[in-house]
Amino acid sequence: MCESVQVMKCCPETPVEISWSERKLFLVGNPNVGKSVLFNALTGAYTTVSNYPGTSVEISRGECELHGVRYEVLDTPGMYSLLPITEEERVARDILLQERPDVVLHVIDARNIERMLPMTLQLIESGLPLILVINIMDEAERLGLKFDLPLLEEKLGIPVVGAAVRRKRGLKEIRAAIVGFDPQQRAAFSYAADLERDISRVASCLTGAYAIDPRALSLLLLQRDESLSEMVRKVEGDNYAAVEGAVNEIVFERRVDLHLRISLERKRICKGVLEGAFSQSEEQSPSWGDRLSALTMNPWTGFPLLLAVLYFGLYQFVGHFGAGTIVDFLEGHLFGAYINPWVIALSDKYLTWPWLYELMVGEYGIITLGVRYAVAIVLPIVGTFFIAFSMIEDSGYFPRLAMLVDRIFKRIGLNGRAVIPIVLGFGCDTMATIVTRTLETRRERVIATLLLALAIPCSAQLGVILGLLSAAPGALLVWSLCLLGIFLLIGFLSARLVPGERPMFYMEIPPLRMPQPRNVLVKTLTRMQWYFMEIFPLFIIASVLLVVGKLTGVLAWLVSLLEPVMHLLGLPSEVAAAFIFGFFRRDFGAAGLYDLQTNGLLNPVQLTVAAVTLTLFVPCVAQFLVMKKERGWRTSVGIFVIVTLLAFTVGFGLNRLLLLTGILA
Amino acid sequence: MNVSEKAEEILEALWIVIEEEGDNAAHFERLSVDATDAGLQELQRLAYVEVKGERVYLRPEGREEARMTVRRHRLAERLMMDVLDLKGAEGDARACEMEHLLHRGVDTKLCTLLNHPTTCPHGKPIPPGSCCEEARHAGDTGVVALTELKAGESGEIAYLSTGNDKKMQKLMSMGVLPGNRIVLSRTFPSYIFKVGFSEFAVDDELAREIFIRRRE
Repeated sequence: MCESVQVMKCCPETPVEISWSERKLFLVGNPNVGKSVLFNALTGAYTTVSNYPGTSVEISRGECELHGVRYEVLDTPGMYSLLPITEEERVARDILLQERPDVVLHVIDARNIERMLPMTLQLIESGLPLILVINIMDEAERLGLKFDLPLLEEKLGIPVVGAAVRRKRGLKEIRAAIVGFDPQQRAAFSYAADLERDISRVASCLTGAYAIDPRALSLLLLQRDESLSEMVRKVEGDNYAAVEGAVNEIVFERRVDLHLRISLERKRICKGVLEGAFSQSEEQSPSWGDRLSALTMNPWTGFPLLLAVLYFGLYQFVGHFGAGTIVDFLEGHLFGAYINPWVIALSDKYLTWPWLYELMVGEYGIITLGVRYAVAIVLPIVGTFFIAFSMIEDSGYFPRLAMLVDRIFKRIGLNGRAVIPIVLGFGCDTMATIVTRTLETRRERVIATLLLALAIPCSAQLGVILGLLSAAPGALLVWSLCLLGIFLLIGFLSARLVPGERPMFYMEIPPLRMPQPRNVLVKTLTRMQWYFMEIFPLFIIASVLLVVGKLTGVLAWLVSLLEPVMHLLGLPSEVAAAFIFGFFRRDFGAAGLYDLQTNGLLNPVQLTVAAVTLTLFVPCVAQFLVMKKERGWRTSVGIFVIVTLLAFTVGFGLNRLLLLTGILA
Repeated sequence: MNVSEKAEEILEALWIVIEEEGDNAAHFERLSVDATDAGLQELQRLAYVEVKGERVYLRPEGREEARMTVRRHRLAERLMMDVLDLKGAEGDARACEMEHLLHRGVDTKLCTLLNHPTTCPHGKPIPPGSCCEEARHAGDTGVVALTELKAGESGEIAYLSTGNDKKMQKLMSMGVLPGNRIVLSRTFPSYIFKVGFSEFAVDDELAREIFIRRRE
């Protein structure tokens, strides 16, 4: 079970060794309750602050010191219940039950206390050392909700703190509660007599020692928790048959409504707990945010709004400002006029070995190609994309987009949730492939990975291709239609061919918020940092490989191998080199075409065919490696082959079609 | 007052010929009877039908009984199809046996359970009973799936009908629990509803599993 507990860091770093003198402090709760904000406030170090259910797939670790005691602080992925549905929830649950925390902070949204308190009960009955943090008090008070915290504390039997961590309210009280936490203090709740009887019947069969209270464990076994059943099977050994027997018998007796019974029991207990401790006044009139929210979800206004977001966020900000203004400045001025001439002059003087000269400042040199691409072209494009993406994410727009496109995405075997990885793919397909793990079924993850590899150009590639195609009127339209068509067609086909259960769509829609500059900045920087740690070395490696390839003649050999294929697509031999580069970095390939086009070697038809084929063609090395890591060898090699075949088939077909119809001629 | 099963079959067939096919009487052949048939003689004794030559006429006295017989048959069909999941010839055969048991208010109970259906699984109308009229009069819409609500309507969650535990868990973890108040704000492209202060989106597959008691 431990292997599923993957601790993802935003930057590659050796895992922090946990010294036993350190106490462990865990944060748990639903998505969107401000867990990450609290984490940052406690540790002082920032991580991604997420407004989207599911993006906090990474688990952030940090440290803090309170009254001379060091705590290791761990932020778990959002979970709705102790009984996990998604892989992330399973990870969160397993960490919680296996790492034996010293203090657990359950963070809930004050506005939704009735809905979130049942999970508090589950955590209490698991025997976890719990402190309840009722967050977002400020907005709850504005809605007219009133809490009697001391009474709540008395009824629950655990420390309860009211807070608004975004406004820095209640942090002192939370710290005090952690320091003064008494692990002996435990509360107990009981369900209806018949349910209790069934629970103790299973519990009495358990003989092993577990980190979780046997009563809670029994309840989870009755709810058919697979990973826990597996664990109990291992711990109990021969005795497991007795446990299984008892569980099966009760599950059969209660087949009609076991899950519902348990939920209703918890609801009943929560109602009792909240009585007198919580009151709410009449409903308020809809706010400005509510009205805008309604507009984003109405297809008639939602799609135009989406187009506006795409136009201003992507086309204007990323395309014009990032890929235009900033790239021109950095590449044209900084590198073109200062850095490159300076480095080349320096190399002329000191680098007397030709191979070293070639390696550093030659055609594919580390400085002239690798660093220049990374800093002057990719950095501004990816940076502006991540700024736009983080702003949209922080505003809470994505869940609305998800519900808007759900019906369309169902046709291609995905559900609305998949818009996040798909949109992120336009920034970096590699990162998006990692994010596909937020999707629920393996089938969806495979389809999303395939579509990302095939039809979603990353921002670096997009920037170059947009620049490239703007030279030939109509080419951009043909290219866009081609990609959209392939995206839908392949999605449609894979929805029919990939086996597995049909996707289901359900999602919480958080309130629309004004993006907070600090959050946006932090998210952007975290992503940029990841991007540079993971991708920048590949730029250098790609440069080295290309130089080695050039010097040894391997490159020429590969190019000659591809040439006949190029001719089949009606392209000149020189394009082959662009395709080879394309595998190292998608945008290298596109930039290769750019050089050919500026030299007048391509006519509009060839340009379009080459751009379409290159966009569809194999993902870059980094994406392939991540695909292998996430989906395994078999699937990733399968996707590689499919994508390659499709790219050239479509290129071939498109060339014929364009020549036949005379479009773009 | 109860007539025999055979007589019920005759009444039923007669009702269909006269009320739904627009004939004024039915031939013996159509009812699969002859003049000596015990069921037919029973109906004649009750003055429910009149036989002229080889044709059977429905008398006004027999109308109500015939109507209710058809109603019981079609309610039985609905029960087989909707609740017991028996379809096709098997369902029809069981419905034919079941209909004769739906006397003394059982039909009313069944009709309420099925939420006063208006058509049988074959698309034929089910003659409304007094329970249907009363429900209509009281404006009682009963319990309906979330998909039947219009945007802006609200109600109380009555129950979740899902055989799939995973679906059930998803819904329950979102606070979709019987007794909670729910406000539906959109039905297209997805169902958007509020429970408490949180808003959720689900597709129609999940929305079909949530049953709502409407509030006026």
